[in-house]
Amino acid sequence: MFTVFERFADLVAYSLFGLQAETRLGDSVHFFFYDTTKIIFLLSIMIFFISIIRSYFPPEKTKKLLSNYRKITGHIMASLLGVVTPFCSCSSVPIFIGFVESGIPLGITFSFLITSPIVNEVALVMLYTIFGWKIGTLYLASGILVGIVGGIVIEALGMEKQVEEYVYQISAGESEVEELEWNDRIDFAKAEVKEIVSRVWKYVIIGIGIGAAIHGYAPAELLAEYAGPNNPLSVIAAVIVGIPLYANAVGTIPIVEALMGKGVALGTALSFMMATTALSLPAMVILRKVIKPKLITVFVTVVGVSIIGVGYMFNFIM
Amino acid sequence: MEINIYGPGCKNCVNLADNAKKAVAETGVEAKIVKVEDMKEIAMAGIMSTPAIGIDGEVKIKGRVATVEEIKELIA
Repeated sequence: MFTVFERFADLVAYSLFGLQAETRLGDSVHFFFYDTTKIIFLLSIMIFFISIIRSYFPPEKTKKLLSNYRKITGHIMASLLGVVTPFCSCSSVPIFIGFVESGIPLGITFSFLITSPIVNEVALVMLYTIFGWKIGTLYLASGILVGIVGGIVIEALGMEKQVEEYVYQISAGESEVEELEWNDRIDFAKAEVKEIVSRVWKYVIIGIGIGAAIHGYAPAELLAEYAGPNNPLSVIAAVIVGIPLYANAVGTIPIVEALMGKGVALGTALSFMMATTALSLPAMVILRKVIKPKLITVFVTVVGVSIIGVGYMFNFIM
Repeated sequence: MEINIYGPGCKNCVNLADNAKKAVAETGVEAKIVKVEDMKEIAMAGIMSTPAIGIDGEVKIKGRVATVEEIKELIA
């Protein structure tokens, strides 16, 4: 299926640049052109189909669904809906207000808000194409788990007073959900592909470029020693390093793949990727509009600890 | 008439405002474009996914960038 990309990479690396196959540089350049074209192609196709599915789950509908559930079922539903509801960090505040105002418990709202960014369509496509279905599914399942656990803990801590008062005073009222026809869904999906691909392609290229360089040149022994399964602190370090790397969530995946080839442990790699997507400074600044600093601290701690837990779990079982 | 553009100022909100400007210019309708960037006001309008467009405070299309054609129909 991907022979066309293989041919293209052959053409560029060996014919156009005149590099030799089976050499370090030749292989790296070939890998770079093969992977970038293949991933951008797959991203476009997959985002299209994922967006069609997502067009069935606008946030208004998710809100309605969620107000029917309480306790553990509520957390599970919120986390699962976090996967399929279209979400961007700029919508997190209206979604937060909408949920809380309609009486959905704070912890269940957080289950949604935690899973949503971790399991985003771009990360999933990259994970499935670069790492294969096993690790992709592991990431998906652990993202959902982190959302459920994080939300349950926040609920148990009784943080309702840590929400800005005005949130409770807002009455958003019912809003109509547009009934979509098939061609509306296709238009929506096309627009999503255009918007997302035009936003992320540069990070894909940068990430694969760095990944290709690591494949060829990074010292394996050193990485395996510091970030391999035998260093118990590596997961924690990975999460701390991952938090400020938000904008490059997409670019980090090929880098992480290359690092794993050099001996970095799976759990460490997964935690790192989750930290880059779930916890970020810009997202905190946005959330600060609706929750007080104490709850932000709790949020970062709970999610951080859950992600670290996932990392250890995988390092332990793999 | 007032055209309201709801959104915190992300790229899609800018695109939507541009489409609205085009629609106004092409139809020649008398309309003022007002941006609503405050999160509270956006939430109070019942919007959970941005960007959104409304006419005289009534939300019409949300969660996506409405096209110039769609906006023309709204203001016609």
